[in-house]
Amino acid sequence: MKKLGNVYLALILLFLYLPIFVLIVFSFNETKSRSVFSGFTLDWYVRLFHNKAIIASLINTLIIATLASIISTVLGTLAAIGINSMKKVPKAVVMNITNMPVINPEIVTGVSMMLLFVFFAARMNLEFGFVTLLIAHITFDVPYVILNIMPKFKQMDPHLFEAAQDLGCSPFQSFRKVILPEIMPGIISGFLMAFTYSLDDFVISYFTSGSTSQTLPITIYSMTRRKISPEINALSTLLFIAVVAILIVKNIIETKQAKKNAGYKGV
Amino acid sequence: MKQLKVLSLPYLVWMVIFILVPILMMAFFAFTTENGALTLEHISDVGQYANIFVRSIWLALIATAICLVLAYPIAFILSRMEKHKQGTMLMLVMLPMWMNFLLRTYAWMTLLGNNGIINYLLGLIGLGPYKLINTSAAVVLGMVYNYLPFMILPLYSVMEKIDKSVIEAATDLGCNSAKVLFKVILPLSLPGITSGITMVFVPAISTFIISRMLGGGSNLLIGDLIEMQFLGNAYDPHLGAAIALVLMVIILVIMTVMNQFSPDDQVLI
Repeated sequence: MKKLGNVYLALILLFLYLPIFVLIVFSFNETKSRSVFSGFTLDWYVRLFHNKAIIASLINTLIIATLASIISTVLGTLAAIGINSMKKVPKAVVMNITNMPVINPEIVTGVSMMLLFVFFAARMNLEFGFVTLLIAHITFDVPYVILNIMPKFKQMDPHLFEAAQDLGCSPFQSFRKVILPEIMPGIISGFLMAFTYSLDDFVISYFTSGSTSQTLPITIYSMTRRKISPEINALSTLLFIAVVAILIVKNIIETKQAKKNAGYKGV
Repeated sequence: MKQLKVLSLPYLVWMVIFILVPILMMAFFAFTTENGALTLEHISDVGQYANIFVRSIWLALIATAICLVLAYPIAFILSRMEKHKQGTMLMLVMLPMWMNFLLRTYAWMTLLGNNGIINYLLGLIGLGPYKLINTSAAVVLGMVYNYLPFMILPLYSVMEKIDKSVIEAATDLGCNSAKVLFKVILPLSLPGITSGITMVFVPAISTFIISRMLGGGSNLLIGDLIEMQFLGNAYDPHLGAAIALVLMVIILVIMTVMNQFSPDDQVLI
């Protein structure tokens, strides 16, 4: 039974990895053929690094993801603290609206924001591009930050904040010394989630970007619409290596921390 | 903590302008003409695309069912592994998700193509070439490939919490494997099943990339239809808003139904 399970697991992993593996192999193929490997070359990688559209959109993606995740972390942390101290009904209303971008299909969020931007563009001096893209990214990032922080309040004693003030802390001090450390893990995981969602987003960016400010997924999409180009394979290979490297580093850090914590408990 | 309420003000303003107003605008567009007069014309026009709605729901359902069938044993196998192996295996299963889904779909585009490697290999043993790409089967395959981890993760997280001794107790009390599965594991993993179904079904029914890259022009889905009204040749944001609104309602109904099957008060062991 156990053997059968392992065979099944191996088959599923094969299904998940084989397409990526083939993509990687053909990034080193001399010709554009997708089926016959005719010889080894690094040409597609050289071309990739000379492709201005890709490099520009990669930089743009990193800028947008960084800005959007930082802004949404600040906005979302403040929001979570405020929402937590609201009464039951307003809290439920705000949380329901906050959940909308998470529950709604991306395409609905995308087109509804596009409608808003079209409205603004017609009346004010707003053009589709960097600004609209950044606003859209912040909008779908903030809910993830809030949803990561809210559960942390449940684990926290609600009277701690008042106790700190009774003991002579200013409201700001008690925020910084009492609340912030308690919710920090939520803030960090919210920030990381926002950053990865921003990096990876295609659908919402597609509807809110316009032609002046492209993100990497949009550039990839327009490349797949045109002729076959093994440059995409080369790009996939590099991104895959990056992902594997990041996950390995993350794993090492987590294992080290787990060992450290276990050590403290032992003492 | 009352004075802290004010901290949420910047977000509340943001939320109203960029979450609430856009959704309301979408509803407004769906029910008005270009001149702003109220109309039900666009909503009733959506009826013309009933076949596309049926196809989208059908393909998304098939993909969700396949994902469930494939993922259930995987989640169970993972949850019964030794603890230190579980983390690594789970990471292996989830790793492809970290690649952008356009690249994952592109991978299948090159595999399934008429000159792709699958047809080439079949050709070597004297078969084909078959028309693999631009079929509805290719669209379903793309959905399964992209969303399978969305099914595995919630299933795994409920199954991991099922105590080994519960299964042993059922066996000791005379249950055979089938009974253990249907009377113990299945009921306990129900919350995972329902959240897995929503996590696969929602993106699958609303996708427009997978259908476009793997389905060619002949397998239009709701997502394609909406996209065409906003960025395509068929530019008509009023009709597009109406279609998006109908899609939103369909999904809300399905999610409400799914929630009925997954009572919150169910105690997880």
